Amino acid sequence: MRLGAVLTAVFALAALISVVWVPHDTAVLTIADRTLGPSVAHPFGTDHFGRDMLSMLMAGARTSIAVALLAVGIGIVLGVPLGLAAAANRGGWLDEVIMRGNDLIFAFPSLVIAILITAVFGPSAVNAILAIGIFNIPVFARVARGGALPLWTLDYIMAARVAGKGPARISAEHILPNIANLLIVQATIQFSLGILAEAALSYVGLGAQPPTPSWGRMLADAQTMIHVAPQLAILPGVAIVLTVLGLNLLGDGLRDALDPRLRRVRG
Amino acid sequence: MIAVRDLSLSIHGQPLLRDVSFDLAPGRITGLVGESGSGKSMTALAMIGLLPVPLRAEGSIRLDDRDLLAMTEREWLGVRGRDIAMIFQEPMTALNPVQTIGAQVSETLRLNGTPRTEALRIARGGLDRVGLEHIALDRYPHQLSGGQRQRVCIALAIARRPRLLIADEPTTALDVTTQAQILDLLRDLVREDGMSLLLITHDLGVVAGMADDVAVMRQGRIVEQGATEPLFRARAHPYTRDLLSASQPPPRVPRAVADDLVLTARDVTRRYGALTAVDGVSLTLNRGESLGLVGESGCGKSTLTRALLGLEPVQGGTIDLLGRPGGLAMTRDDRARISVVFQDPYGSFDPRWTVARLVQEPFHLTGRPPDARDRAVRALEQVGLSADDLSKYPHEFSGGQRQRIAIARALITEPDVLVLDEAVSALDVRVRAQVLDLLDDLQARLGLSYLFISHDLTVVRAICDNVLVMQAGRIVERGPAARVFDAPEHDYTRVLIDAAPAIPPRWLEAG
Repeated sequence: MRLGAVLTAVFALAALISVVWVPHDTAVLTIADRTLGPSVAHPFGTDHFGRDMLSMLMAGARTSIAVALLAVGIGIVLGVPLGLAAAANRGGWLDEVIMRGNDLIFAFPSLVIAILITAVFGPSAVNAILAIGIFNIPVFARVARGGALPLWTLDYIMAARVAGKGPARISAEHILPNIANLLIVQATIQFSLGILAEAALSYVGLGAQPPTPSWGRMLADAQTMIHVAPQLAILPGVAIVLTVLGLNLLGDGLRDALDPRLRRVRG
Repeated sequence: MIAVRDLSLSIHGQPLLRDVSFDLAPGRITGLVGESGSGKSMTALAMIGLLPVPLRAEGSIRLDDRDLLAMTEREWLGVRGRDIAMIFQEPMTALNPVQTIGAQVSETLRLNGTPRTEALRIARGGLDRVGLEHIALDRYPHQLSGGQRQRVCIALAIARRPRLLIADEPTTALDVTTQAQILDLLRDLVREDGMSLLLITHDLGVVAGMADDVAVMRQGRIVEQGATEPLFRARAHPYTRDLLSASQPPPRVPRAVADDLVLTARDVTRRYGALTAVDGVSLTLNRGESLGLVGESGCGKSTLTRALLGLEPVQGGTIDLLGRPGGLAMTRDDRARISVVFQDPYGSFDPRWTVARLVQEPFHLTGRPPDARDRAVRALEQVGLSADDLSKYPHEFSGGQRQRIAIARALITEPDVLVLDEAVSALDVRVRAQVLDLLDDLQARLGLSYLFISHDLTVVRAICDNVLVMQAGRIVERGPAARVFDAPEHDYTRVLIDAAPAIPPRWLEAG
């Protein structure tokens, strides 16, 4: 939990700082300084165009986190209400329509469709966000519905119905706060998957476009240099691994911390 | 045969069991009674080596000349199931839903090395013995009723002829008629096999009808033990006396009720597809009256309640509340005139809401009045709580206090009708007695009308003026409580009354 929070915080901080400041401008190529080793001016060395690797990694973190965050946002904003509506209507036609729609999206291999979308509508960060985000919708809809269903049988929901509250209000006031922990945990998982998906899309050239730095494209660019300058591939690779690891640890920790039963055992 | 001596157990310095000592002899039934949290189940778990992991009991439990507490988990495997077996309260979760009952009963035999066909043959014999002759071995648990499942659990437990059977609230989740059958079965098995039965229960009536000896537990201690009848007659310990009087609330003294109808149902019918859950039910409730609705699970009483509360449509009949259309047709203002208290003191409240917000939730119907907070305080004070409790969360209260909060929530809109759906069924007897007193007091002060739904005849008798007996969606008998209980006319009413476990009245005579 703590390690996860620290890793996540480090990369989030790097991404935030990169918005206002990076050690060296990533749009300026200094071919003479290419593939330098670590030094005071370039702590992580430079790439094959002479750009500062630290700056590239920081800016890349911004791209990865922004894409993954917005994609998770799409999933939550659209998926959670759908899942809550399905649970409120459990067994009815609306539930059926929503869940079969979910199955339809699940039936497609997500990365292939994401590649298709970006290929058709043109490669860009926005299209990558949309492509990844669409596949987050059914995930959140399922988690929300699954968490909400057992709650609907509880007496306090019955009491709220006796108090004249409709399904929408009950979902917002009683159901959503009680499944929030499930959703937060799922969000961290989807967030790490989003970073991987963005890296994969950028790797095949369908994500963020040059000159915007991205971990995935740094990997792709480093491919041809793998024998000459392996650090160019290793650094973004390690960044991806550490971020995903951090998010997963954070998610596990949050699940324990937010579950009152697990919390009581430890306290 | 089994001697428990000075059994003690504590968690975080809090004692759960203190110096518990008793003996169990072959062929005898020992009742272990007490309220929730008294340590009955912990005692049982210690005796079968299944205490939750960090806990370790001190003292000794001797089976012949072995000390069970000193045994390793590996040694326990040779004892559990063979010498000591256990059945649990909830037959719904005690069986594996994806295995046939034959496989589950024979499994314990096959652990012994008994060949498969032989094990299945013995399993068949075991199921026949617990009265399941007509149930095939290849049935799954979900195809059986609750009573049948508990029979399977018993067959499983006695398959290897254990010398001690521990039954932890074996009939609490069952209907009274099923309960009577399961208790008869257990009694017969004890007599035939000469095994010892440790019967754990909160129900003094069950103990009175079953046990040779009884031990009364409170706060981890046995306060009194001895042969059942003398112990009940003597009532030597004040706690035993308290428990007994709380479990026998006096019958209601009928009150004069004015002819002022607040709730009427005529020929209400509710169907789910081919199933008719409520079949032409009529009832009337006057101001200040308590009307009992008695029946076993699945008889339709919950469905009827939901229809009266306006949560479900009906396919026939009419409901009137205060002379205006009731049920689903109620206006928001009329909905505020009828409220409900549910059974489960734990599931009745959103765990993330404060008491202040919880008790004010029904204001959603009427709009939040300017003096909402004062009225919340008043409602809490009416049920014996205080303004300090407003900022607390439900988990900070005991079961009885939560039921009080539930009543406060139901009272906040100052309704005319209160539906009490098994509202005291989950409470310990002494807490139950207090809540019943509170309900009686509130009715006298506020002129409330109660529709009291329960499976527990003693409680219904204590609080209701009139009673409806419901079976398979129909009202089979109705009348004043005293008449229905003393001179039942319908066979089903008689069956219900006979099946209800009771302490023989002569045991309770003074002196």
